[in-house]
Amino acid sequence: MNRELKRVSIVVLLMFVALLASTTIVQVFQADSLSADARNTRTLYDSYSVERGPILVAGQPIAQSMPAGDEYKFQRTYSNGPLYAPVTGFIPLNGAPTGLEHALNGVLSGTSDAQFFDKMNALITGQNPTGASVEVTIDPVAQQAAWDALGDLTGSVVVSEPATGRILAMVSKPSYDPNLLTVHDNQQVTDNYQALLNDENDPLISRATKTLNPPGSVFKLVVMTAALESGKFTPDSTFPNPATYQLPGSSAIVINSGGGTCGGGDTVTLATALRLSCNIPMAELGLQLGNEAIRDTAEKFGFNTDYSVPLDVSQSVYPTVLDDAQTALSAFGQTDVRATALQMAMVSSAIANGGQLMTPNLVDKVTAPDLSPIQVFEPEAMERVMSAETAATLTQMMVNGVQDGAASNATIDGVKVAGKTGTAENAEDEPYTLWFTGFAPAEDPKYAITVLVEDGGGLGQTGYGNLLAAPIAKDVLEAVLNK
Amino acid sequence: MPASSNRSTTTDAPPRTGRVRRLHLPQKLRNLELFLLLIACGINAASVVLVQLGALGRIDTTLVFLGAGLSALVLAMHVVLRVVAREADPFILPIATLLNGLGIAMIYRIDLANGESGWASASVRQTVWSALAIGCAIAVILIIRNHRVLFRYTYIAGFVGVALLLLPLVPGLGREVSGARVWIGVGSFATFQPGEIAKIALAVFFAGYLVRNRDSLSMVGKKFLGMRFPRLRDLGPILVVWALSMSVIIFQRDLGTALLYFGLFLVMLYLATGRLSWVLLGMSLFLGGALIASQTLDYVNGRFRNWLDALNPDVYGADGGSYQLVQGLFGLAKGGLLGTGLGQGRPEITPVPQSDYIIASLGEELGLAGVFAILALYLLLVARGFRIGFAGNDDFGKLLGVGLSFVIALQCFIVIGGVTRVIPLTGLTTPFLAAGGSSLVANWIIVALLLRLSDTVRNQPRLVV
Repeated sequence: MNRELKRVSIVVLLMFVALLASTTIVQVFQADSLSADARNTRTLYDSYSVERGPILVAGQPIAQSMPAGDEYKFQRTYSNGPLYAPVTGFIPLNGAPTGLEHALNGVLSGTSDAQFFDKMNALITGQNPTGASVEVTIDPVAQQAAWDALGDLTGSVVVSEPATGRILAMVSKPSYDPNLLTVHDNQQVTDNYQALLNDENDPLISRATKTLNPPGSVFKLVVMTAALESGKFTPDSTFPNPATYQLPGSSAIVINSGGGTCGGGDTVTLATALRLSCNIPMAELGLQLGNEAIRDTAEKFGFNTDYSVPLDVSQSVYPTVLDDAQTALSAFGQTDVRATALQMAMVSSAIANGGQLMTPNLVDKVTAPDLSPIQVFEPEAMERVMSAETAATLTQMMVNGVQDGAASNATIDGVKVAGKTGTAENAEDEPYTLWFTGFAPAEDPKYAITVLVEDGGGLGQTGYGNLLAAPIAKDVLEAVLNK
Repeated sequence: MPASSNRSTTTDAPPRTGRVRRLHLPQKLRNLELFLLLIACGINAASVVLVQLGALGRIDTTLVFLGAGLSALVLAMHVVLRVVAREADPFILPIATLLNGLGIAMIYRIDLANGESGWASASVRQTVWSALAIGCAIAVILIIRNHRVLFRYTYIAGFVGVALLLLPLVPGLGREVSGARVWIGVGSFATFQPGEIAKIALAVFFAGYLVRNRDSLSMVGKKFLGMRFPRLRDLGPILVVWALSMSVIIFQRDLGTALLYFGLFLVMLYLATGRLSWVLLGMSLFLGGALIASQTLDYVNGRFRNWLDALNPDVYGADGGSYQLVQGLFGLAKGGLLGTGLGQGRPEITPVPQSDYIIASLGEELGLAGVFAILALYLLLVARGFRIGFAGNDDFGKLLGVGLSFVIALQCFIVIGGVTRVIPLTGLTTPFLAAGGSSLVANWIIVALLLRLSDTVRNQPRLVV
């Protein structure tokens, strides 16, 4: 019987080995994926039970966890919620977090690998783990000025520091109050979320990083960069100056905004074309450059690329396949060219920074609860888009546009502002998208600003960039320059 | 005579008479048992206190007193062993005590999470059942002084086993709990799972029956593919047990119990006859039956679907779907390597965290380390039982000892394997840990029988183990 007994013993041993293996697989190898499962309410409760780190603007919390005294232990509260909503996002009671709450969830909740020793320490001492605090690059003055200047318009203002890529203001309107989504009542959170979701103005979607609009004339900066960098064109290069222009291989007609020729004369220089924001010379230029050259430059600026700041930013698009007519249209930011406000801010920033594009960034540093730094974000070069020479030339062209051209409403007394407006067509009967992008002071750029006004600024197809977007930029620039 | 007595008094070496050695050896074993018991009781008390500190943030003395009562009872059993089973295995009682105590601590922890206390709470009931179960074990140790007595009652045990198994089907007596009709109850209280006791009766029956009939089951039959297959007329017993298991699947809707009994029978049959053909025959019978059941019975089919495709949202959300299984996995994943600490996890999120899913609850709060420790305790307990099989020299005792140990091993495998997706999940209690009176009583009786068997084995003068 003992021979059989040995075999049965081996079977029993194998049964237990199977159990040891299966528990190891579940508790170690699958643990992360199981914890990340959206249906895992334990993870959710945990995310509330830890004292989540605050998100700080100039040392003041814009999001913080306060003791709650219920099963969730902590209540996430957002001070000045709507103002900072596009930055913070929110961590809802019954869903996935958004914004920085999502992008930096690991450090905020204290579960990132960088906090491993803190976790072990908390385990041994029995203290509750505490999340790290996140200091963002936002300048409260710039943010508030941008919020005020945008008024009731639908759109976004992005202010950044050209030399570092730090984002100083990121406003999106209409906004929402993230506090509505962190109340400790499941049903109420669901109701509030549904209401925001059903709101036809889409308050939950950040106009700074998520919505894609045709850039219109602000895209002329990209095309002009391509032209100057090609070495074949200078600001003084001339183009024929008709009042209407038929697109090659198409019956469609291009006109300059406001109709007529671009300035006077039979020919027009590129400098004048950009200053007055004329479409026909740009269309002609675009055809001569070809869409590959424009796409190459656009991609250096960040088009057709995914990046995060660390908020995920929608990919701005310069289409990959274009015929001649579309190439001509793309040269003034129409056809299927699309950009986020942040993308256009990167265009101005690169020009302002002597052609060197810095990685856009929203976070300065992450600090552990014991004040030791976990992560410090240093300025990082992203791409050299153009030579310093080209950047200087473009800057002068943009200054002329503000001083004596299509962007005149951005003029500030005593400060040289460089800027470019845009008035982009959407579908046939839809309101225009209005833009301004630029920087100041032009000789030593400290602030780059992009204003996006959607929905025609309420004026349908009668509003234009200089009328609505440029004054907003002026107000914000004045506020930050006078700081 | 004078010379010999002179010699014995003048030498320094201890006198080597059988009588003196018998007095010396059990003391050593029992002292070891006492030492281990004290550690086990200490761990149990510490677990309860840690649960209170973790979940309440303070110490509540009620359950500590109840636990102290249990410890006293276990120590009483130890004293009984000193008198009536001096050479019993010293590891079995401490292991059972530790597992029982850890189970109570976890059940208590879930009571705290659900805000239950007093006599209605599961932990207090579990403590009372534990006391009753240990009482039964002491009674068994005192009454059954020699396990061969059980051999006389082979067929009565078989009849009792089958009757207990079928008892829940009696109208008016049977109760259905979460789909399985394996309970009996009188009035609204004292529900009991007679199938748990049946496994002991059946183990006795199988052992007795196989010892009596092993020759006819093993010697004759045709050889085929290098194996000797049994004659058709010898297939009677395996077909009866198979039919019994199938009826449990169909009428009581309890896959786990059926698997347990059939697995027990097959292993004992193999041990008794030494013929693999029986095992192959039995396994194909059972798998065939289970396969037909999975096609025709919704609940069996559902179990398979939940097992294979647990994380699929459709299966997860379905009525009777994998919600519980997946929540258990979430709990285990939450525990990770070291666990959240007693009282600091959220085991109450998983449905029935105190019975079928107690291993997931323990895994959440004690981590993989804790689960490994618990599995090691089970393995050690089973190994001590198997030693009886290796060292014993009467076939009935060997078969019974191994059968009873194997039942514990198989039950662990079915439950824990079900929770961790080694096999489809079937409802069975985790021995000693899970909430449930009948299971406790049955397992403590098994402990008593194993102790009795191990004592007999060591008392055999020819073999020293």
